[in-house]
Order: sequence, then structure tokens, then C-alpha cells
Amino acid sequence: MNLSLLIILPLLTALLILLSKQLAQIRIIGLAGSLAQLGAAAWLLKLYMDQRAAGNTATYLFETNTVWFKALNINYHIGIDGIALAMILLTSLIVVAGILVSWTMEKLSKEYFFLLVLLSMGAYGFFISLDLFTLFFFLEVAVIPKFLLIGIWGSGRKENSAMKLALMLMAGSALVFVGLMGIYYNTHTFDMVEIGKMGISLGVQKFFFPFLFLGFGIFAALFPFHTWVPDGHASAPTAASMFLAGISMKLGGYGCLRMAALMPDAAHSYSWVIILLATIAIIYGAFATMMQTDLKYINAYSSISHCGFVILGIGMLNKTSINGAVIQMVSHGLMTALFFAAIGMIYSRTHTRMVAQLGGLLKVMPFISTVFVIAGLCSLGLPGFSGFVAEMTVFMGSWQNPDGVYRAATVISAASIVVTAVYILRATGKTIMGPISNEHALLNDANWNEKLAAGLLIIGILIIGLAPFLINQLIMPSTDFLMINIDKAITLK
Amino acid sequence: MSSSIFILLRQELLLSLLIFILLFIKIGKERSNESILNLINILLVVNLAAGIFGMSEGGIFNGMFTTNAFIVLEKNILNLAMLLISMQSYAWLKNHKQLAEFYLLLFTSLLGMFFMISSGNLLMFYLGLEMSTIPLAAAANFDLAKRKSSEAAMKLILSSAFSSGILLMGISFLYGTTGTLSFDVLTAYISNNPMQIFAFILVVSGFAFKISAVPFHLWTADVYQGSPVAVTAFLSVVSKAAVLFTFTSILYKVFTPIASVWYSVLVVLSIATILIGNLFALRQDNFKRFLAFSSIAQVGFILIGISGSSQAGSASLVYFVLIYVFSNLAAFGVVSLVSALAGKENISDFKGFYKTNPFLSWVLTIALFSLAGVPPTAGFFGKLFLMMAGAAKDNYGLIIFAALNMVVSFYYYLKVVKAIFMDENEAPIQKLNVPGITKLAMYICMAGIIITGLASLVYDYIYSLSIGI
Repeated sequence: MNLSLLIILPLLTALLILLSKQLAQIRIIGLAGSLAQLGAAAWLLKLYMDQRAAGNTATYLFETNTVWFKALNINYHIGIDGIALAMILLTSLIVVAGILVSWTMEKLSKEYFFLLVLLSMGAYGFFISLDLFTLFFFLEVAVIPKFLLIGIWGSGRKENSAMKLALMLMAGSALVFVGLMGIYYNTHTFDMVEIGKMGISLGVQKFFFPFLFLGFGIFAALFPFHTWVPDGHASAPTAASMFLAGISMKLGGYGCLRMAALMPDAAHSYSWVIILLATIAIIYGAFATMMQTDLKYINAYSSISHCGFVILGIGMLNKTSINGAVIQMVSHGLMTALFFAAIGMIYSRTHTRMVAQLGGLLKVMPFISTVFVIAGLCSLGLPGFSGFVAEMTVFMGSWQNPDGVYRAATVISAASIVVTAVYILRATGKTIMGPISNEHALLNDANWNEKLAAGLLIIGILIIGLAPFLINQLIMPSTDFLMINIDKAITLK
Repeated sequence: MSSSIFILLRQELLLSLLIFILLFIKIGKERSNESILNLINILLVVNLAAGIFGMSEGGIFNGMFTTNAFIVLEKNILNLAMLLISMQSYAWLKNHKQLAEFYLLLFTSLLGMFFMISSGNLLMFYLGLEMSTIPLAAAANFDLAKRKSSEAAMKLILSSAFSSGILLMGISFLYGTTGTLSFDVLTAYISNNPMQIFAFILVVSGFAFKISAVPFHLWTADVYQGSPVAVTAFLSVVSKAAVLFTFTSILYKVFTPIASVWYSVLVVLSIATILIGNLFALRQDNFKRFLAFSSIAQVGFILIGISGSSQAGSASLVYFVLIYVFSNLAAFGVVSLVSALAGKENISDFKGFYKTNPFLSWVLTIALFSLAGVPPTAGFFGKLFLMMAGAAKDNYGLIIFAALNMVVSFYYYLKVVKAIFMDENEAPIQKLNVPGITKLAMYICMAGIIITGLASLVYDYIYSLSIGI
């Protein structure tokens, strides 16, 4: 299968949306396009597993390499491994759910759906890129739709949040750019595969790794550059929140992982900094969530904490922890998208997101409340849901590092789960249980589109939670490949 | 020999022909503005097309005038910009009494630029420069009823006279120390001699005035604000591009022996230019002032690319200028239309613009994104390649500085986008009737912004022609 299809499909959808006139038409095109993406992703999964089963041990499958800017040695080089494929599946699921959730969007609907689809195109392009230049290109493609989505359709201090988000993400990509220049002028190529083969000298790695890691870290809400997350997520319209937390933050995590594999020596020597920052993010995010009274802020701050686990897993630099980080990315993407979807459904009915003003919703909207509880339980890491599998794997991997500091970081991060339980249970209890206010007594439950969206995401969560071997089977061989590079650095030391 | 002169000079000759046609139109019988405008636009298309086909290389007038494929390409870019400006000022010129004179002035200036770009001798270069500047001062005065317009013209003529003086002083020092004005001969005599370095600094200052690099930028904002939008567009795109082309070729051809000196000069200039341009652009409300400062910042980025002094350096310059033509002219096109039809020129007037004028809003937004360097617009590639060319010198401090300043510039471009899409306004600009020809120009700009970036053959073509040290 030609991977460019993953870029062409959204592009085509976006163009068709631009050409269509009526609202119904736009919705149907959007949904059909996103379903086509999901279908393509699923088909890709099947092909991928077939290839692996047939004994294809190449690091990247479905590779194509086309010259783009010949004079500068920039190539359009695409290909996927299991990790990228997991991300692609995640993206396609969230896109469908996001389109379904925004079914009733009527304000400038054409532009809205256009931007959503454009955002997904950026994400697909990012995940399939094997050339650093195209990677960077798609990373930035995804920024502008976010700005417009939040600024036009958001709520609260939307313009401010949109500006803050756009500027911080651009600053992140500026740092990434500096790092890329450093790599380019020392290896004369942007090709990740080639760079991986030839290696980068230690001095260059040490100087440029911080730029790349921090740059991608800003996208992944790395402490102390997480400040765009709460405002951005809280102000965004529902689908945009889902995309932001579910897809866009994963761009950062995925980028960090690739950079660690590309510059393993530097990753090893800076790993204590990464772990320190990740631990702070985990603890700080958890405690900050406890203080929040707005449901969206609760989920946004908890995202900082959860994305901390991704960074922690990468920072530990061993096979199990990196596996855990990847699973955590997928799991958090699904879970947080579900959470935001549920919050959006509640908000569209009650017109408030303040925990204090809500209560007893289980009585009038049993479906939405159940979704809300599932998202909450997944977030606090209840066995059976994906969150448990992911966090467990990260902790198991982290514990393999015998160093005292690493142990301490693991223990402290693990302790954050208690805090997570406190805020999740408190918010859920207050919102779902208890007496219901009179104004909310006559509200409806979820519509078909909302049920479908939530159902899709819940299926994803359950598959990872109940049958973790499936996702492990997908990503394990690829983490093995990454580890070859990363371990080489240790033996050199 | 005689036929080759015609081929080598064909772009200049065509432009002179246009000027004569205009003169005859002026002295002939009274015609409606529309018919003259249509005629001019058709002639400009012919002019552009004639430049594109057929290559020529060589020198005439004893090496005073040289041309090659790269120079022809540069002139074509300027021709294209002229055409776009003309198409976009349709609404403004339709009711202007001195229409023919306006074009006469711009064409004369363009002709001067052509000679300047092709110059192989400092004398020829100076002649071309003056020929391009003086008509512009008159053109800046073309909003005849506005005092601000005359003020702008006065400022332009005084400051360019001043900069020409400095430039001439530098040239005479060069002549004094080397005894020649010809580029080819000059190179051999240039060394690290303090007198020559002083002369070089003077020459660079003269150039810096024309491209409004900091600290020689003070005239820019006032002149841009006071002039009619079409002239502002011409000043900020065509005139700047021509001087930059010449500057680069003189640096790369004549001053090669002191490349390390001009490298540090360029670095200092570019840092100051980006910083000041960005900081001032942050606080502007008048759209033309805003674009003035943003274009100052852009020049700073261009200087980084030139400092790379490789084939990629000059290629990225021309590539960026081409993109800049599309993006800046699209922005100016919208501003010019709004200024001509609604009489408004402030950014705050654009609040709620999307509700009334979605098409113009998208044009402006995409143009601003391209100026900011956001993919998938061409501006992204343009800026990146400039910085890549600069990074070849391993001066990562400069690249870090420039990359962070891209974020700052991103802020002020987004502020305009925010005004267009997000801010509420009780009395937004009413629905504007876009003339067909202007709309066409905007479509060309949009297509240019998308295609120039994504289609790599544009860059590859420019690269294959370009020169480096």
C-alpha cells in the first residue's frame, strides 16, 4: 500500500468539504472521509501484520523514497514501523470520533470541518515521515488549524489561549529547526534511516539533542513548557480538544522518542534531566488537577501528568519502558479524547463545566455518565482499561534501572496514581452522583452520533486493556529495532 | 553584433517601448481610464512573456552591461511583480486623473532597476540606481490630495539622496584605491586594505539604505504609510528585490577577497534588522506601517541567506524574493482594495472582516501565513532555505536567534488573523466589490504561494542558475 494515501485521503476530503454547499453535505463528506481514513489505517494494519508474519524483518515497511528538493538533499521519504502504525490507528479513531462529536456544529461549519481534516493530515504526514524535513513540515502544518479552531470556535478566553498555544508550539518547532540544522550540517542529510546508520558524533549530539528534545517536548507538554495545555484545551471546542490532547500532544511524544533513538549517546547522558522533568510534570500535573473546578481544566492538567509518563518511559531508555511509553501514548490519546467528548456532551446540555454546579447527571443521562466514568477509571489506571496496562509497563520498565535516582523517580511517579484517584473520583462523584439541580432534570441523553463516537473510543480502550498482547505484538518488534541503536550507545560507553 | 544587442537588451528595450507607447497615449486623444488600464495590463503580460522565452548571455558596451540566465530570471520576477501590482491597483487607478504618468514613473524606475541589475561597472550601477529612485519619489506623491503623500515623497527623495551620497563616496574611494570601476577588474585589486574596507562599509551603507536594513531604516515606515498603496507595494517588493539582487551579485563577484569582512557585517546587520523590525511591527496599527516593519524583518532574514555566500545562498535569495512577491503583493492587494473602496487602512478596521469578505480574508490570511513562514505555504520553504544557507557557516547562534525571531514575527501576523476571524466588530468593512482583474491577480498570488513551495522544480531551477563564491 502506498502510504501517501494517508495524506491524500484527508486532503481530498478537505477539498471536497470546501466545494460543498449545504451543512448535511459537509457532514457526510467529513464522516465518509474520516471513515475512509479509518478503513485505510485498518487495512494498513492487516498488511503490516501479514508482512511481519511472513518474516519481513525490515525496520520500516512500505517505504518509498522520492527526491523532493534535489539541491538540498531533501527527500520525501516515508515508511512505517509498528510504533508509527499504532499512532496512525490512534489518529484515525480519534478523527472519526471527533467528526461524529461535532455533528451539530453549525457556526461556520465548512471551515470547521475543513480545519479538522487538515489537522489530521498533518498528523498522518508526521507519523509516516522518515525524513526529518518532511517530519518538520507536517509538524508545523498541524499548528495553524489548532490556532484557528480554538480562536474561532472556542469558549472563554479563546483568543488568548489560541495565541498562547500557537506561539508556544511555534517556539517548539523553532527549537526543533535549530536541532535539525545541526544534524543536517553534520551529516548532510535529513534522512532518519541514513543518519541512524552513520551515527552522529558525540559533541554534535550533546549540543543539539536538548534543542530537539525540548522542541518536541513542548508539543508533549514537558514541564516547564506545559502552560499552553490547560488554556488551550479548556478553550477549544470539543472536537479540537480531542484532537489536541489525543493526536497533537502525541506528535511531541513520538518526536521525542525518535530523537532519543537518533541521538542515543546524548539521550543517555541527559536521561537524568528528562526523568527529572517528567517526574515533576507527573507530580505537579496531578496536584494541580486537584485544585481545578472546571471539568476541562481537570482533564487538561491530568493530561500533563499522563504525558509525563510518556516522557518518563522514554527517559528510562530501556525496552520495557519505551514500550510502555508508546502504549501510554495510544492509551492516553483514546482516554483523553473520550473524556473530552463526555465533557463536551455534558457541556452542550448543561452549559456549564464547573464541577460545583453539576450533580446527579446519572439520573438524566445514563449513557454520558457511564462514558464519563469509564474515561475516569481509565485515567486513574483501573485494571481492565488501557491506562493500567500503559502505566504498569512504564513502571516495570523504570524499575529495571537500578540507579538510585531512577528508582526514586519511579517511586514518586507511581505515588501520583493515588492523587489521580483522588481527583478523578472526586470529580466523577460530584458530577454523576448526588442530587440533581432542577434546571438539569429534563435534559436528554446522548444522540446516536455521540454514542457512536464514545463507543468507538471505548472499544479501543478495552482492546488495549483486556488484550494488551495485541498492541505489544504490534510495537514490540519496532521497539527492538530502536533498542539496537540505543543499546549501542551504552556499549560504546 | 547588432542583432545580439537587441536580444541581450530585449527586456530593457521592451520596457522603453512601453514607456513610449504611454507617452503617445498621453498626447493622443482622450480615452477612458479602463481602456488604458486594460491595454497596459495586456502589454505587461506581453512584456513578461517576452522576457521568459529565449535565453541570452553576454556583455555589451565594453562590459558595462552584462546579462545571463540568472539575471534574466531576476528581471522576469520583477516584471511579474510589476504586472501583479498593476492588476491590483485597478480599483484605485480607475478614477485617478494622472493614470498614464503614474505608469510612466513606475516603468522608468523599473527600467533603471534592470540596468542596475545588469551592471558590470560601478558607474552603470549608480546610474541605474538613481534612475530607479528618483521617479519613485514622484510616484510616492501620487495621492495628490493628501499631505501625507507629499511628506512621504519628500522623505524618500531626501533620504535616498543622502544614501546615494554615501554610496558615491564609497565608490570614489574604491576608484581612488584601485583605479577602475569595472567589476571584473576591481576584484583583483581588493584586499584587506583599511581604505578599501572603509569604502566597502560606505557602499554597504548605501545599499542598506535602499533595502531599509537597520540602522538605515528610519525612512521606511513614514514613506510606506504616506504613499499610495500601489507605490508602497512597489517600494517594498520590486525596489527592494532589485537592490538585493544587485547587492548580492556585487558581494559575490566584486568583494570576494574580503568575504570574511562582509560576512561579519552582514551578520550584524541582519541581527539588528530582524530585531528592530520585529519589535516595531509588534505595535503597529496602520496596516502599511505594519507591513513596512514586517518587511524590514524579512530583509533581515534575507541577509542571513546571503551571508551563506554559497550557491544555495543566492538561490535561496531569489527563491525567497519570488515567494515574497506573491505573498507580499497578495497582502498589499487586499489592503489596497480596502483602502481604495472603503478608505480604511488600520488593522483594527479589519475586525470582523471575515463575516463580510470571506474571499479577501482568506487571501490576506494565506498571504500573512506565507510571510510568517507557515507550511504548506511557500514562505515556509523560502525562510527555511534562507536559514539553511546561513547555517552552512556553522554560526548556530545566528540561527537560534533567527528561529526564535520567527516566533516573534508569528505573533504579529497572527494578531491580524485574529482580528479578521475572531474579533467582534459592530461596523465591519462592508462587502467589497472586487474587480475581476484584481481577483485574477489574487488567484495568481495564491497559486504562486502554494505551488512555488511544494513544487520543488522551482527551487531546483533557480538553484541550477545561481552563483556562489
